[in-house]
Amino acid sequence: MAERAGPTAGRDRPTAGRAGRLRAAYGAAPWHLVLVTAVIVLAGWVALRLAQEATFGRMLLWFVGAVIAHDLVLFPVYASADRVLRAVVRDRVTLLNHLRVPALGTALLFVVYSPGILRWGETTHEAATGQTQRPYLVRWLVLSAALFLLSGATYGLRAALGRRGSASRARR
Amino acid sequence: MPVSRPGPSGSGTRATDADGYGAPRRFWRGLAQHAPPGVDAVERSWRSPLRGPWLTAVYGSVLLVALPLVIITGLLDYAAYGPQFDQAFPTNVGWLRLPAFDWPTRPSWLFRVTQGLHVTLGIVLVPVVLGKLWSVLPKLFDWPPARSLAQVLERLTLLLLVGGILFQIATGLLNIQYSYVFGFDFYTAHYFGAWIFTGAFVAHVIIKFPRLVTALRSRPLGTELRTPRAATRPEPPDPDGLVAAEPGPATVSRRGAVGLVGGGALLLAVVTIGQSLDGPLRRTALLLPRGRQPGTGPNGFPVNRTVAAAGVRPEQTDASWRLTLRGGGRTVTLDRPGLLAMAQHTADLPISCVEGWSTRQTWTGVRLRDLAALAGVADPASARVSSLEKAGLFRTAVLAPNQILDPDSLLALRVNGVDLAPDHGYPARVIVPALPGVHCTKWVAEIDFRGQADG
Repeated sequence: MAERAGPTAGRDRPTAGRAGRLRAAYGAAPWHLVLVTAVIVLAGWVALRLAQEATFGRMLLWFVGAVIAHDLVLFPVYASADRVLRAVVRDRVTLLNHLRVPALGTALLFVVYSPGILRWGETTHEAATGQTQRPYLVRWLVLSAALFLLSGATYGLRAALGRRGSASRARR
Repeated sequence: MPVSRPGPSGSGTRATDADGYGAPRRFWRGLAQHAPPGVDAVERSWRSPLRGPWLTAVYGSVLLVALPLVIITGLLDYAAYGPQFDQAFPTNVGWLRLPAFDWPTRPSWLFRVTQGLHVTLGIVLVPVVLGKLWSVLPKLFDWPPARSLAQVLERLTLLLLVGGILFQIATGLLNIQYSYVFGFDFYTAHYFGAWIFTGAFVAHVIIKFPRLVTALRSRPLGTELRTPRAATRPEPPDPDGLVAAEPGPATVSRRGAVGLVGGGALLLAVVTIGQSLDGPLRRTALLLPRGRQPGTGPNGFPVNRTVAAAGVRPEQTDASWRLTLRGGGRTVTLDRPGLLAMAQHTADLPISCVEGWSTRQTWTGVRLRDLAALAGVADPASARVSSLEKAGLFRTAVLAPNQILDPDSLLALRVNGVDLAPDHGYPARVIVPALPGVHCTKWVAEIDFRGQADG
């Protein structure tokens, strides 16, 4: 980052002045301008190259669509789901987290392996592997159930231990 | 450092930056004052007390270490396809060409490791990327969106960064699961997408690295990992505005947030690594195509293309099948008994696919260099291997000299002590150490050796 003009900056005022003016007008140091311009030029060059492809529009759609899908769809959905969950369990934070963790695990597995779970690509999958995509949905459901069961069991155990702990404290 | 909290318009004018507006000042200031309705409500709706420079820096440093590995192994996978023979896709990449070199055959697990790391790390990092994006998401809704030209340009590179990583993850995940719903060429999109992302990633690291260091130093990792939820407090307000203006009470500690992302990564690792392992552990890749073996016995290991999909008919591979060797004007024809009568060599070699799976098997057959000598090309410059397949991107593959001359490079006739199954390329297939699986041509019909003198 460019140094702020201090009391000692007076000696080379012309240079500091010009750099300072550029910095003030642009809003960052000159190297910042060089760097971001290079990145934008690279991306622009790639885009121009790809513009000759018949499917360029689709690529662009997927590129921008991925950002929109994450920032304006996926995030609001999971954030709202979490708010609903919090409203339901109120101040039982341990319960909340024992629901959050398996839910996130389930969602993560779905996001990553959805092409198989939803059987997108039956023909190409079979041509490549000689097998169908049928087992994935059941396996994902079983994995998800296992995550919730495991979390539920740990929660039960914690609750039981907690009760015993407070009971013994009370006896003492 | 004291930072003034958002004023009435919801704009976070940071006291540290003088006023922070670039030229033309009036425009940027005006923009800040004309906030659309709802900006205030959005600003106040960020509740998590965990968001802040420290947590962002922790997720960021994981990505800083791991993403270069994904980028480099990805480029190595491209190089392994042999761009010098125009068989790495996309073929025409202009300035983004990689330096030409012959892909080595040693160590024989080289490609198994590069493609395995690329795909496995790419999957395992998904929760880290999602966690990192969660931690900086409030920035998207900041008002004003920029205070200077510098911020406009930087935000544009952030669009390339976020779009780039999400695009690479989406196309990669779809490709390894054989789902081509996107309707464009995977290789073209993933290669050029990688360059856009890499450029934006490098710039982001350079710009933010000092912030990352300051943030990591602000809270010692050890202390943070010992702090329980009850003692978890928001970070002090930061110049980037990551810390919530009105944070709620913590429902998870920072240790918990790091553990949650780490746990997600671990979960994905557990159900992914199996596709790169042999033996009973392969089955742990529960949700991926190569967690399942296509059958039992010596030929019961995964394939990348079935004989049915390749359109190779039984009458092409029966006793009438002949292998044609060409070289220096000579043509030699061999049948399968003739090949089996030649010196046989056995090698334990992995076969690995860019889609992230690999398996090690015991192959037996004729050395490629013996076939080259038989064709009269003792000093080959290249060999073009053609399959009985009539169509398909990989019906022919060109091998470099080191790939022909390696003592373990074979035209395999048998695997694990039995004849190759039709799906594995019967009557004969190529197997070369460290060569991408798709270039280990199956159902070989012809090998055309070019000598060094042929140019």
